[in-house]
Formats: sequence, C-alpha cells, structure tokens
Amino acid sequence: MAKKKSAFGGLENPLTQNFLVPLLAVILSFIVGGLFILIIGKNPLEVYAALFSGTLGSPYGVGQLLFKSTPLIFTGLSVALCFQAGLFNIGAEGQLQVGAFLTAIVGMKTFGVPALLEIPLLLTAGMIGGGLWGFIPGYLKAKFGAHEVINTIMLNFIAAALVSYFVTNVFNVPATVHTPPISPQGRLPRFDTFIPAMAGSPVNFSLIVAFIAALLLWYYIWHTRYGYEVRVVGLNVKAAEYGGINVPKNIVLSMTFGGALAGLAGSNFVMGYKYYFEEGFSVGTGFMGIAVALLGNNHPLGVIFSALLFGMLDYGGLVINTMVPKELVIILQAVVIIFVISSNKMFKRFLMNLLKKKAASGND
Amino acid sequence: MIENILSIAFLAQTIRITVPYALASIGGVFSERGGVVNIALEGIILNGAFCATVGTYYTGNPFVGIICAVAGGLITALIHALVTINVKADQIVSGIAINLFAVGVTKFVLQIVFHSSSNSDRIPGLPHLKLPLISSSPVLTQVFGNPLVLLTILIVVVSHFVIFKTRFGLRLRSVGENPEAADTVGISVSFYRYCGLLTSGALAALAGAWLAFDQHSFTDGMSAGRGFIALAAMIVGKWTPLGAASACLLFGFAESLQIQLQGVGIPTQFVQMIPYIATIVVLAGFIGRATPPAADGIPYEKE
Amino acid sequence: MPYAVELLNITKRFARVVANDNVTLRVHSGTIHALVGENGAGKTTLMETLYGLYQPDSGSIRIHGREVSIKSPHDSIKLGIGMVHQHFMLVPPLTVLENIILGAELTRGSFLDLKKARDEIEKLAAKFSLRVPLDEKVENVGVGVQQRVEILKALYRNANILILDEPTAVLTPQETNELFRILIELKAQGKTIILITHKLNEVMAVSEHVSVMRKGRIVGELETARTSPQEIAQLMVGRPVLFRVEKTVKEVGDPVLEIENLSYTDKRGVELLRNISFVVRAGEIFGIAGVEGNGQTQLVECITGLSTPQIGSVKIKGVEILGLGARQVLDRGLAHIPEDRIRRGLVMDLTIKENLILGLHATKKFSTAVAMRESAIKEYAQILIEKFDIRPADVNVVARGLSGGNQQKVIIARELSRNADVIVACQPTRGVDISGTEFIHRVLISARDSNKAILLVSADLSEILSLADRIAVMYRGEIVKVFPGNEVEEKELGLYMMGSARELAERIEDGKEEIRLWRT
Repeated sequence: MAKKKSAFGGLENPLTQNFLVPLLAVILSFIVGGLFILIIGKNPLEVYAALFSGTLGSPYGVGQLLFKSTPLIFTGLSVALCFQAGLFNIGAEGQLQVGAFLTAIVGMKTFGVPALLEIPLLLTAGMIGGGLWGFIPGYLKAKFGAHEVINTIMLNFIAAALVSYFVTNVFNVPATVHTPPISPQGRLPRFDTFIPAMAGSPVNFSLIVAFIAALLLWYYIWHTRYGYEVRVVGLNVKAAEYGGINVPKNIVLSMTFGGALAGLAGSNFVMGYKYYFEEGFSVGTGFMGIAVALLGNNHPLGVIFSALLFGMLDYGGLVINTMVPKELVIILQAVVIIFVISSNKMFKRFLMNLLKKKAASGND
Repeated sequence: MIENILSIAFLAQTIRITVPYALASIGGVFSERGGVVNIALEGIILNGAFCATVGTYYTGNPFVGIICAVAGGLITALIHALVTINVKADQIVSGIAINLFAVGVTKFVLQIVFHSSSNSDRIPGLPHLKLPLISSSPVLTQVFGNPLVLLTILIVVVSHFVIFKTRFGLRLRSVGENPEAADTVGISVSFYRYCGLLTSGALAALAGAWLAFDQHSFTDGMSAGRGFIALAAMIVGKWTPLGAASACLLFGFAESLQIQLQGVGIPTQFVQMIPYIATIVVLAGFIGRATPPAADGIPYEKE
Repeated sequence: MPYAVELLNITKRFARVVANDNVTLRVHSGTIHALVGENGAGKTTLMETLYGLYQPDSGSIRIHGREVSIKSPHDSIKLGIGMVHQHFMLVPPLTVLENIILGAELTRGSFLDLKKARDEIEKLAAKFSLRVPLDEKVENVGVGVQQRVEILKALYRNANILILDEPTAVLTPQETNELFRILIELKAQGKTIILITHKLNEVMAVSEHVSVMRKGRIVGELETARTSPQEIAQLMVGRPVLFRVEKTVKEVGDPVLEIENLSYTDKRGVELLRNISFVVRAGEIFGIAGVEGNGQTQLVECITGLSTPQIGSVKIKGVEILGLGARQVLDRGLAHIPEDRIRRGLVMDLTIKENLILGLHATKKFSTAVAMRESAIKEYAQILIEKFDIRPADVNVVARGLSGGNQQKVIIARELSRNADVIVACQPTRGVDISGTEFIHRVLISARDSNKAILLVSADLSEILSLADRIAVMYRGEIVKVFPGNEVEEKELGLYMMGSARELAERIEDGKEEIRLWRT
C-alpha cells in the first residue's frame, strides 16, 4: 500500500480513507435502512438487534455469516482488481456461474487422484471458467474499445442462459436442477468438523482459499512490477503508454484474472457445501461484489472486512425475514454503494484542497 | 415461417417490443447529450413498471398508473442526479447502485403490497383509441390505438426538434461537449444536466409502464436488461433520437424474430441469448465510428 | 470618465493561498492596458473576478465610475465586459455561428432564429474586419480563426471592455500581427482592452500602460512609452533576469538520432508528417521551432514509439527503432520529457518515488522477476530529489501535492538520469516560472555538455534561440529550413514558421500580407 506521509495531522492517513470514511457510509446506510423499516411499521432497533444477534450471537450464526462472506471475498477481490486497472467488472455474476459450473463438471468425473491434487485441479477449473468469461469483455475492450460495462452485463445474461441449458439438458441429475455430485477427493472440509460449536453451518475451507487469494492479490498489486503496471494503467492510461506499459495486455490480463477470482467464488458452494452445481445457487453475489470492493476501497484487506459485513447482512436478512422482507438487505447494499462513493468523493475533494494549499504555500 | 414475418401480426409484435427500448434509449440520449452517463436506465424502467402497477392497482385507472410511473422515474433519476451532478461521484457506479436499489426496493414493496416476491396481481391495461383508418383491424388497433405507442412516436419526433432546433437543445449539447465553455457564457451546467437526466428518468419510467401494461402485471426483474440494450441502441444511433429509435426498431425486429424461432426446435435458452449476443457484436463493430459527447461521463468541476 | 475599469482593493483567497492581495487596478477608457506577471502571479484570477467567474473576498469594482456587483458572467456581460480565455471556450462540434450565439441566442418561440443571428453577426464582422466562416464546425478551423470567433462572441454581446488572456500563446508572429491590428482597430472604435501576457515584446509594442503583478500583488504601474522590458522583467521576478543562458561553444560528436523520410498519415487521411529528415548529434541541442499544431506532436510520438509512421526510418546509434513500442524505445536509450506533463508525464496519485521509476519499473535494477526492489527504489529516489532540488524532499509525497515547477522537475529528473543517449524535450518550461525555467535550461545545457543528443521541441522562440545549436522550423508537417543557432533572428524564424520564405515573399508583393514585427 502506498504510504502517504502524515503531514496534515493524520488526515491523509490511509486509515482514514480506508476505514473511517467507509464506516461513516455504513452508518448512514443503516439509518436509511431504518427509515424503510419504520415505513412498514416495524421498529428498526428491534430489527437490527435481531440481525446482529442472529449472526454474531452464536458460533452457528458466525459460521453462517462466514459461509455467506466467502464468495463475496472472491467477487470483491475480482471487482477490486479490475477497478485498480480502471475497469468496471460488472460481470462477476456470470464469471462466477461459469466457473462454478466448470468446477462441478470437472469434479463429476473421478480421476482417482488424491485430494491434494484434485482440489487444486477443481479450483483451477473454476479459475479457467471465470477467467474465460472475463477474458471475453477484456479482449473486446482492448481490441475494439467496446465498453466493458455493457459487455459484462450482456455476458451475465448469456452465462445464465448457457449454464441453464447445460444443467437442465445435459448434465443434470433427473428430476433435479443440479449436476451429479463431485468426487469425494474434490471436497473441501467444513469448519464444523473441527469446531463442533459451529455444527450445522456450512462454512468451509473455501474461506481459507479466499484469504490466501486476498494475500496474494495484495502482494501482486503493491509489490510486483505487474501490479505497478496495473495501477498506472488504472490511474493514468496516457502516462502508462508513455512509460512503455502495454496497456491492451494489461486490460486483458486484469479482466481475465478478475474473472478467475470470481470463478473461484463457486468453490464455496460446489466444493464445500452441496458438492454439486445447482441452478440459482447464487443470486446477486457478483453484484454484491461491487459493493464489497467499493466499501473496501479496492484494497484486499478492505474487501475482507466488507465481505464480512455484507455476509452478515446476507445471512441476517434470512434471520429477520419474519419481521421484514429480506430484500431490505439488497436495499442496504445499494445504499451503501451510494454513500461510499459519495463520501469518498467528498473526502477526496477535501484532501485535494489540503494538498493544493500545502503545495502553493510551502514548496516554491 | 416467412409468411409469419411479413404478416401484420409480426409488425405489431415488433412495434410492441420496440416501444420500451425506444423510450429508454431516447431518454439515454437526453441524459448523455448533457454529459451524464445513465446506466441507471435499467433500474428506472423497473421502478417505473412497479409504480405503474401499484398506481393502477389501487385506483383502477391506468392513466394514474402512468403518472405514478413518471413520478417514480423522476425520483429515481433525482437520486442519480444528486450523486453525479452535485456530489460529482462516479456516474457508472452510481448507476449500478441505483439498479441494485431498484431491484431491492421493488421486491421489498412487492412483498409488502402483494405478498409475493415475484409477481403482482393483475392490472388492467391502457384503453385503446378507435382511430379512423385502423379500427377495423384488431391487431393494428392494439398497437397503434395504444396511447403509449402514439406518445412514443410523438416523443421521437419532438425530441429531434428539441435537441437540434431549440435553444434548450443547443445549450444541452454545449454542456455535454464542453461544459467549461458553456459555463463561461453564463449557462448553468448543473441545470441543463439535471434537465437531461430527469427527462431520461421520465422516459425510462414510461418504458417501464409500457412493460407493466403489456403484461398486465409486475414481475420481479421484468426489465431483463432492456435498459442496457437501450444504451447500446443509443450508441449505435449516434446519440440522436431518430438514430436511437431506428436502432431500437432493429433490435425489436431481432427480438421479434427470436420469438418466432422459439417453436422451431432450437432450445429456448439459446434463442433467449440472441439479443444479448447481438448487442455485444453490434457494440464491437460500432465503437470506432461512434463518438459520444466529449464531456460524457465526466463530472464538471470548476477549477 | 477617465477610467473604464477600477478594481479597488480586491482580495481573493483560495483556501489559504492569497491569489490577489489588496489589488488596485485602474484602466483608462479607450486604451490597451497590459497586465503582466509570472505564472501564478494572480493576473488571470484578477480578470476572472472582473468577469464574474469568481467573487472577491473583499474590495469593490467600478465600471465607468459606477460601483457594480458582478456575481456571474451574466452580470459582467450585461455591463459590457467580454473575456477571451487562454484556452478557448468553444464547443468543437458546433458551428462558428452556434458558438457565437451560445448563451445569447435569439429565438422565435422556442426555436432558434439562426437567420436573424446570422445577419447581425455578418454586420458585426464587417464593421471590425473580422472574417470568420459561420457555417464551419469550430473543430475544423484553425487557431487564429478560433480566436477571432472568441472576439466576435464578446462583441456580439456588446462588449466595450475586452479582456484577453495570453492571446498570442498559440499564434505565429504573423497571426499575432493580425490580432494586434484588430485590437488597435477596436481601440479606435472606443473599446477598452486589457491584455494579460508575459511576452514583454508584445507589451512594448501595443500597450499604453503596464501593470505588473507578483505573488498576488501589484508591484508596478508603468507607462509603456517610458519603460523597458528589462525594467518590467525585474519587477515581475524581483531580481535582474538573464535573457540568454551562458552557453559554451561545443564540438559535436557522431549522429545519435537519425530521422529519414518520416511520413505519417492519420486515420482521416490527413498527412501530418511529410518526408521529415534530420540528424541530432552527440553534444548538441537540436531545436524544432514551430507553432503548435504543425506536426511536432506527431513527430515526437513517432520517435518515442507511441505512434508508428507509415514510411521512414528512425535510428538511435545506428539501430532502427521504427515500429518498436514505447518500452523498447526507452530501453534503446531514449528519454522523453512530454509536452503534456499532467496527462502523460506523471501519475498524480502515485508518490514521487513511484513516479521516478515510471518506464524503469521493469528493469533489473528495480525489480526481480516477481518482486519490486523497494530499498533500491527508495535510494534512487532520494538521490534524485537531492540532485534536482525537488520540494518537498520526501519520496512518499503524492505528485498531486507538488507545485507545477516541482512536478516538472520530477519528470526531468527521471528522464535525465536514465543514462539515455537521446533526450527528447517537449515544451520543457511551459507553465514553469522564471527561476524554474532557468534551472531547467541549465540542466539541459549540462546534459548537452555531457555529450547527450538533445531534441528540443518548443513553441517558445526565445527558448529555442537561447538553447539550440541548430534550429529547424516545422510548418504543416515538413521541415522547411534548418539554421545554425547563432545565425538567425526571430523575424526570419517567424517567416519560415509561416511557410517558405519564397511563398511569403510572393504574398507580400501582391499586397496581401503586411509584415510588421516587433523585437525586444
């Protein structure tokens, strides 16, 4: 992470931008959410209390929370990486579907190899599927300049249709909408085998994979020359060209890697929970990844915290569904995005003015 | 099958499909000519459809439904405007957030009002006008006697004049191309951007209302990507109302064709993909030749 | 009323920066009044306050003796004030006619009344001999025409007081002539003109009064007839100024950069470069003079690998580099100081340290196959900061937090420390104040003395005359002539910048062109 010298009484401290500002956004969003709750005649404090206690109040709740957070970490990292390169990856949803599907298909066949090989194999399948789905809009942008926003959204629809066709007509278990189970060696162990208190919650080692991915991404972006190039492309394309950076290559690679990360999100369900691919197993995880990335300021650590928050909201929505429609959670997420980008913008403007003042008064 | 295509029923179906695209796409033109990218069209369509449904349901009067739709669209556009024009945050992300918000809000209220998370109750559609030449053909009356269809055609024509032949249009265009220049001659950049964005809100909401009346109900997610396809049509139409409407007609034709193909042995999912694939192909082919207004997507900040 | 404009005790702050500090300025009616100062002295801010784009924190404004309140350009336009900005405020895809009427449109009902507007404008243009093609899109007309459009815009709104901000920045000497003819005609018709400029020879040639600003204050009020450029410059900077840099005669070495038959046609079929050939040798500064827009940008892009020409050859030390991308060209020993520092040369949100390795980030010195060598980078940055006196002297400061002059120093530090054999420097001192400029000139001369080959592209004639050992003039994509540095004068250079001397001579003979040039 680029260290900024604390010359302004700590205000340009990355902690402020990466933590306090998002926190403010979250608080504001909860207030807005509270308004919606009031409108339908319920007590926001009651609802929020139930939300917190249902999720954080017991190991089982925590387990469920973690389970819901896991895929969000992946899609959050995916969107964050693309944002660092200046690209809008709205296609994490489709990349996730294709990745999960491929994981299930490859896992279906028994290769007779031990888990130590099978698991990486299946994870790779997920990355290839998602990566392909990220490569397409990346290539279209690099070659034709076609805006990735519309293309990734179109590909989401196409992925849904394609996967639906293959699952219902080719690979399905009759009378179901899911694929056959994957081989036992491809399954990721669940936490509750080691932590009995979490019994019943499906959180699994996919979470560990997510943490590893976050760590690797952090190192990639801020400590390798590839990540340096990604950041320069994202901040100033013309300077990147001038500095000899191959911009089209970086666009394609970033979208592909981003897709691969999103493709891994399926491992949580397919390799760690049901052990097959089921239509509709994940709805909105890709879009939530956008909120997660923004709230986390496009930094892997921020993404992890945001994913935990959204995971909490996600599971919490189910918990409070008797009181309030669970869609409240979607409203909260949308409002979080709006508040995050607004407060980030206002904060950045404030900071720029500070910097300009300093530049004009101190340096000549 | 060819005879099917050349039939009046096919024409009617094409027009039916084109209407929401055209409305939303022209809305996009107004917004982007002023320099604000409006990815939120999709969400506004959804909100408009929902408001139309609720309004019609409670009063039994579809015209009230239209007013509710426009109100809903304006409010949604207002949020987008506040975030992008006043706070000057990123226009694309704000648009995506609003789309998400629309999904959440419509499902939330759908649950509260209709006690279902996917469907509303049935609502009446718009009454058809008995026009002189076509009142004999029920199919044509259904289409061209529909007030919204007539309104759409009117909007296409009027929009062209507004944007290219009026003072408002000249100023709107200047704001989208070089807001600084407009500012220095005393034109309020914010005001014209608001106008463009709110207009797009009203038009996209009408598109949603159309969808609701056509189906006689609201279904969760019923906008189905039309807002994005409308944007693609706007690009193909080079940001002009006539161009956008023509491109929408093309897309409508393709989709109408897709429906005809659905009985023919190709799996439904593949046929469903056609509009989306078409959009990608079209965009890839058109990008080099189509340039948006120069200040499109860039918040205007005085130095 | 003797004074058309009185700005009394104007103070304007932006956060803690005082842009205008208790400024009092009085402009006599019917005169041309020059307002001079360094970049950042506050002259543009002052005039933009007069025009209504800013409100002063304190002070008052009187127009023709009457106190007024100017809250927006709307008010100033009503008072008869018009402003032509340094960067034209025109809308490129709209026509000249539409641009002139924008904001002051005549309508019939809600529709534009273009016919009536056209009649009025044609009358106006005839009155002041300001010929413009009303139906051409602004993006298709030249810079000189665009400026006339801006002036017509102001006149269409009945401006009596005209403010022009650095109007000759992008004009050839001949176009400058034409502009001054127009200004003198306007003055004869009773208009008052305020000219913001830093070009002292123009001040001497055309103004009656000069006000000098420095660091937000007025430091001198002079009558042009009774002062000299030296006196004005000294007031601007606060100390005696060297107009020419000390330069020793140097023996040049072998050719390092060889350009042969370079031609480039763009996507629209326009020939931007025509058969360009020249050689830059070790130990010399080869200057390319020419008004911006004659192909210099394209030439630099072809040489630095950002663009590929269709025909020709570019060799560095005998090795062909045509068609190689920017990275390979950089690797082959070329350094590039870009003309657009903000957009090309720096990444504003990265630190000084990170900017200093742009282009070098993939080299073995700063990166292994995977990881970046953080301590090597930090050390390198610290050495450069000290050598080039970059302030603040902290490797972790974000580039956005630096002043313009220091930002340029970062770029120059980076490029000159690359051990490149060829240095391509484009407009290296644009937007940099006098002391920064002196520093940069000294650094370039020192690079030349260390046997580097330097290609200097600049629209600033005095810079070229001061630094270059040989000078080439570019006009419409061609090199029209190459002079040895000490054998040419500004006048002759100006002629070549407008095409070949012979063509021009013919035009003069036909009475179509009048040459009147001003010298320091």
